[in-house]
Amino acid sequence: MSELARMKFRDPARAAGLEDALAMQAKALGRSEPVSIMHVCGSHEQAIARFGLRAAFPPELDVVMGPGCPVCVTDVPEVDEAVALALQGVRIATYGDMLRVPGTSRSLADVRAAGKNVDVVYGAAQAVELARKVDEEVVFFASGFETTAVATAAVLLAGVPANFSILSAHKYIPPVMEIVAEMPGSKIEGFLAAGHAATITGWAVFQRFVERHDTPVVVAGFEPLDILAGLVRLVEIIGSGAPRVENMFPRCVTRDGNREAQDRLWRVFEPQGGRWRGIAHVPNGNLRLRDEFAAFDARRRFDIDMSSLWDHAPPVLVAQCQCGDIMAGIASPHDCPLFGHECTPDAPIGACMVSAEGTCKIWHQYGGHPDLRQIRRRA
Amino acid sequence: MCLGVPGRVVAVEGDIAQVDFWGVTKPVRLDVVDAPVAPGDYVLNHVGFAIRRIPAEEIGETLALYDELLRRAGPDDLMAADVASELEATK
Repeated sequence: MSELARMKFRDPARAAGLEDALAMQAKALGRSEPVSIMHVCGSHEQAIARFGLRAAFPPELDVVMGPGCPVCVTDVPEVDEAVALALQGVRIATYGDMLRVPGTSRSLADVRAAGKNVDVVYGAAQAVELARKVDEEVVFFASGFETTAVATAAVLLAGVPANFSILSAHKYIPPVMEIVAEMPGSKIEGFLAAGHAATITGWAVFQRFVERHDTPVVVAGFEPLDILAGLVRLVEIIGSGAPRVENMFPRCVTRDGNREAQDRLWRVFEPQGGRWRGIAHVPNGNLRLRDEFAAFDARRRFDIDMSSLWDHAPPVLVAQCQCGDIMAGIASPHDCPLFGHECTPDAPIGACMVSAEGTCKIWHQYGGHPDLRQIRRRA
Repeated sequence: MCLGVPGRVVAVEGDIAQVDFWGVTKPVRLDVVDAPVAPGDYVLNHVGFAIRRIPAEEIGETLALYDELLRRAGPDDLMAADVASELEATK
């Protein structure tokens, strides 16, 4: 498919209008350097790259992806825990993208190739079904942000067999926005929040962030027009000098979100500080099973011995991987010497090239040049 | 993994709805949906759970992206693959 063929808009007139509005708002800022906006969702980056949206962005605007890929931010020791459990003979069920995420020295795909039981599931409910069919212990290695953690919580509350437990790598997005906003060298002046995560949390969850960081947040949907409209409003708010939260996805997002879902989420999980791969320790960024559910927490059910994984040094190229800086919005995949050379979707070095929501995989898959302005410059 | 998929409720039985996704009917759990749903309603689904009843007057806007993805996507399309995974999660 050619780059231009991707630029299909449902409503071309509205798209053109939004493109003009975006150019006008960005120019009105009167900056000598482009204004930087961060989104925190792999699906937003997929849409931006797939529909070639960066071609519609004015030169005064930079839109970067932050830590919006839950698989990518799963930390090395978390992968090590799953790998160690598999090596101890426990059956692991997890999302397909988690298989090739590198641990210290091995991934789940490596131990599966070596004959250990690792099953791919599409959701927590399927992991429970698997546990019902077998006698052995099944651990669901659960990744995903709040949207996905709700499903894990609901499954647990609905009742699970005694041989089922959860290794939670679930993460919570609002706290990491604080970390990224405070990073030295961060130029981010506004955040585009992910519509489907905000469907759960509601938009008011971002008000505290706006007050603390004087940085606006706009909630946006996933259609190209939704994203353009969200950006127009965000640049307009930046220009106004009066930061606030604005909901540009009201067909799914309300002020308070889905209370039923939040109730289940917080009955089962509690926020806990933890490292996000390549980024930082994020206070309250991880979702841990509450004590009432200790019996279903794989970390408390099993004695997980990871020491054998630490006898081997990580592959040399890992030291050059730029995933952390890319997810923090400080670097782009083009800044990484490995991108598209040693590191490809078939032979990923870093987690950002593994997951369908990782910046590197998205950029690689959609031609490696999701910014049509770059192509025009080359032409 | 954070892209939900909308579908139309065909039938409701307890905490399970049968939901039509572009001609394929699949069971979706209603444990965490934000409002009561009835046949004819549209719901946004994520990993096998309905997370939002979408107001009927706004469904056209919501479906447009998925129509585009399902009609035009090639085998390497990551967004279309995410939509397919979401539908697999509903069994």
